[in-house]
Amino acid sequence: MKEIKGRVFLFGDNINTDDIIPHRYLTLRDNGEIAKHVLENLRPDFVQNVRKGDIIVAGKNFGSGSSREEAVNVLKVLGIEAVIAESFARIYFRNLINLGIPALKINDVKKKFSEGDILKISIKNEVIVNETKKIKIQMCKIPKFLVEILEVGGILNKIK
Amino acid sequence: MTENSGKTIAEKILSEHSSNKTISPGEFIEADIDLVMVHEQLGGRIHKEYEKLELDKVWDPDKIFFILDHWVPAPSIEAAKMHQDCRKFAKKYKFKHDIGMDKGICHQVLPELGFAKPGMLIVGSDSHTTTYGAFNCFSTGIGATDVSVVFATGKLWFMVPETQKFSLKGQLRENVMSKDLILQIIRDLSIGGAEYKSMEFHGDGIKSLSIDSRMTVSNMVVEAGAKSGIFIPDNELVEWLKGRSISNYKLTMPDDNAVYVEEFNYDLSQIVPVVAKPASPDNVVPVSELPEIKIDQAFLGSCTNGRLEDLRQAAQILKNKKIHPDVRLIVIPASKEIYLKAIREGLIEIFLNSGAIVGNPTCGPCFGGHLGVLGPNEICISTTNRNFIGRMGDITSQIYLASPTTTVASALKGKIVDPREV
Ligand code: SF4
Repeated sequence: MKEIKGRVFLFGDNINTDDIIPHRYLTLRDNGEIAKHVLENLRPDFVQNVRKGDIIVAGKNFGSGSSREEAVNVLKVLGIEAVIAESFARIYFRNLINLGIPALKINDVKKKFSEGDILKISIKNEVIVNETKKIKIQMCKIPKFLVEILEVGGILNKIK
Repeated sequence: MTENSGKTIAEKILSEHSSNKTISPGEFIEADIDLVMVHEQLGGRIHKEYEKLELDKVWDPDKIFFILDHWVPAPSIEAAKMHQDCRKFAKKYKFKHDIGMDKGICHQVLPELGFAKPGMLIVGSDSHTTTYGAFNCFSTGIGATDVSVVFATGKLWFMVPETQKFSLKGQLRENVMSKDLILQIIRDLSIGGAEYKSMEFHGDGIKSLSIDSRMTVSNMVVEAGAKSGIFIPDNELVEWLKGRSISNYKLTMPDDNAVYVEEFNYDLSQIVPVVAKPASPDNVVPVSELPEIKIDQAFLGSCTNGRLEDLRQAAQILKNKKIHPDVRLIVIPASKEIYLKAIREGLIEIFLNSGAIVGNPTCGPCFGGHLGVLGPNEICISTTNRNFIGRMGDITSQIYLASPTTTVASALKGKIVDPREV
């Protein structure tokens, strides 16, 4: 997998799928249209500021709530290339991996990352470099099975 | 876990559906799926994802349960288009079980029609697929891409979950409901407290819980992050299945030496009416500790608490009474079957006479879809399962989650009250 480089958008604990994309927008169905409303309840300026390659960093239980995969896909549409969290809700975790977005579990995120930090992530070497803070962070081992899904860009490419 | 240790229900069902018979928690396995449930998500994302695979069939059109329930009947052109795409897909791939849009909410209708049987491995495009744990199934929610994988291959990857054991004893007191129990459990665990885990319900206390009550518990385990919430099978379940002529199933008990990561004990007689305050299902307090909270709307319905038992208990409280003039009470039976029974039993008449609005079976207001969306700063007491910011409407509106009895008692008084006091 190629290296990921981008800026940190920092969020707290228990960000749920209604926060990421409210259910009422799902009938829009056009990914670009739905993506205009990402995280609007929490941070109305998020969509304007986010750029391709950026990284979401959050606390515990990221993505709890609904199974709606739109809540992952909209991040992909906006160009988010990795999500780091202290823990993930299970369906959200599956959806990230299945769509080929690395879901990385890291403890004490507030100590290691601040809003706007520049990160370089190498899945292959299992390391995150916070270039702004000049620190290296070791990731938990990602099971080989999941790395294989990420490497081909999502599970549909694997079963094709 | 050692070679000789026993298995929990989740471990048993997963291993029986996988080629790996000695599974242990944390391991990744591939398992064969018995049934996949899909609703409007089919026309939302699933059909687009599936078309990418360029397949002209699905693995088994007999193992797909397809229903429309969220936006029923379509409240907007967009929703109508979504329904059209769903139906087109179901026809194209020859789904055997196209249930239509008149039956009710997926998690109620699927078991009613006999599709949830003990020992099955069921997945669904909805997080509250955990509901079928009440029927001794391992059932859990998945996303659109996962559904596409199942449509194509009939298999799915799982991480084998650790299991938490909940031993229940005693009996709930009058007007206290299983909703109060599960809210209390979610409070005690916190909303991430069962992340990736399977919850397993044991003990004599189960006997006093009807199948309706158990469904409410299994429905909401996902609010604590759980992957499934499975009840051990008992006579009540067997009788329920018999009553619907459902046969060919495998009651699954855990082994005596099964290994649990944590164990919890609950005495049902100690449970009191509680609410989950905004904006998290674990923000739970006893109703008696609340300050005065006036409400604008009360909602009785959803896959959590729109069942016959819920309507019966609510009607008992509302009988010959009028709701508070400042409150709107919305009642939505979870299925057509329940609706018909409620009509025959005179419950619907009681609701209408009390001043309630009764809607057709649908998810409707539960997710802010239609039939009772909240305006700015409004406060709603609701029998649903999520009170996240903006879930039922405007982002400044607030939701208190409660049992059916607490919800309708509050509708009578115009403020949140203990149902034992009306
Ligand atoms: S009633 Fe609410 S929680 Fe249940 S399936 Fe419908 S939207 Fe989801």
